[in-house]
Amino acid sequence: MPITIDWLHFNPENALLGGVMLGLGASLLLLFNGKIAGISGIFAYLIKPKNIFSADAAWRALFLIGLISAAVIYPLFSAFPTAPIATSNGTLIVAGLLVGFGSRMGSGCTSGHGICGLSRLSLRSLVATISFMTAGFVTTYFVLHTG
Amino acid sequence: MKNTITFLAGLIFGLGLIVSGMTNSANIIGFLDIAGHWNPSLALVMAGGIGIAFFAFRYTENKKLTLCNEPVHLPATRQLNKELIIGSLLFGTGWALAGFCPGPALVVLGTGNKQAGLFVLAMLIGMHGHDIFYKRLFNKAQEGN
Repeated sequence: MPITIDWLHFNPENALLGGVMLGLGASLLLLFNGKIAGISGIFAYLIKPKNIFSADAAWRALFLIGLISAAVIYPLFSAFPTAPIATSNGTLIVAGLLVGFGSRMGSGCTSGHGICGLSRLSLRSLVATISFMTAGFVTTYFVLHTG
Repeated sequence: MKNTITFLAGLIFGLGLIVSGMTNSANIIGFLDIAGHWNPSLALVMAGGIGIAFFAFRYTENKKLTLCNEPVHLPATRQLNKELIIGSLLFGTGWALAGFCPGPALVVLGTGNKQAGLFVLAMLIGMHGHDIFYKRLFNKAQEGN
């Protein structure tokens, strides 16, 4: 099965530059706060009512406010690369439930395991990344190429 | 100053998700679709991110202190267990179905997108489902990441 590259949608410069920015953001949080930029863990902590007023909530809230602010600040400089989401509402709900439950059960997501964990050469994160990538490849194959 | 940097770290991370194209769910699905017309973006995004963060982690693993001379908080768990693998498999399945993981979903929600809002709401319920019901049911020890 030969792999063909989708050059129409693949922009190597932007992918690499954006990736470097992710690394920079994660590095700043680590170097100044000593914390890992794992979005699922940060979000899961903040949505628990008992945590909202804890001392550990502040850095998490600041980081997430910064993250979401990107959606407001980016359009000041360039058009937000909007793309219609082709997924049905039912599928979005199932996907969200799986992402939420799975990221908690597996102690992390694409940011915590895929970027931070691999950067610190964590074996757990390598196993997690291989696991979610494999599930992703298989699921996509079934969704797009069968039935 | 530390608070400003924390905010900026989140902002740069969010801008990175937009610049890299990761807030476009079609790019995620395009990466996972190796049997179709493959979009390798995500591989370069991870290479760029790891290429930078690797050095920050080297520094903190050696120093054990932040630049503000405070302790570093890294997950201590080393054990490979079935929760790690099953959880990641479930995560990967949902990630592929929507083309969204938590970071990009929150950024797209920030643009006022209702579909991203629906995904984030379901994600929140899934997280509570694990942390409140599943863990209580099976009495799992708290693991952080």
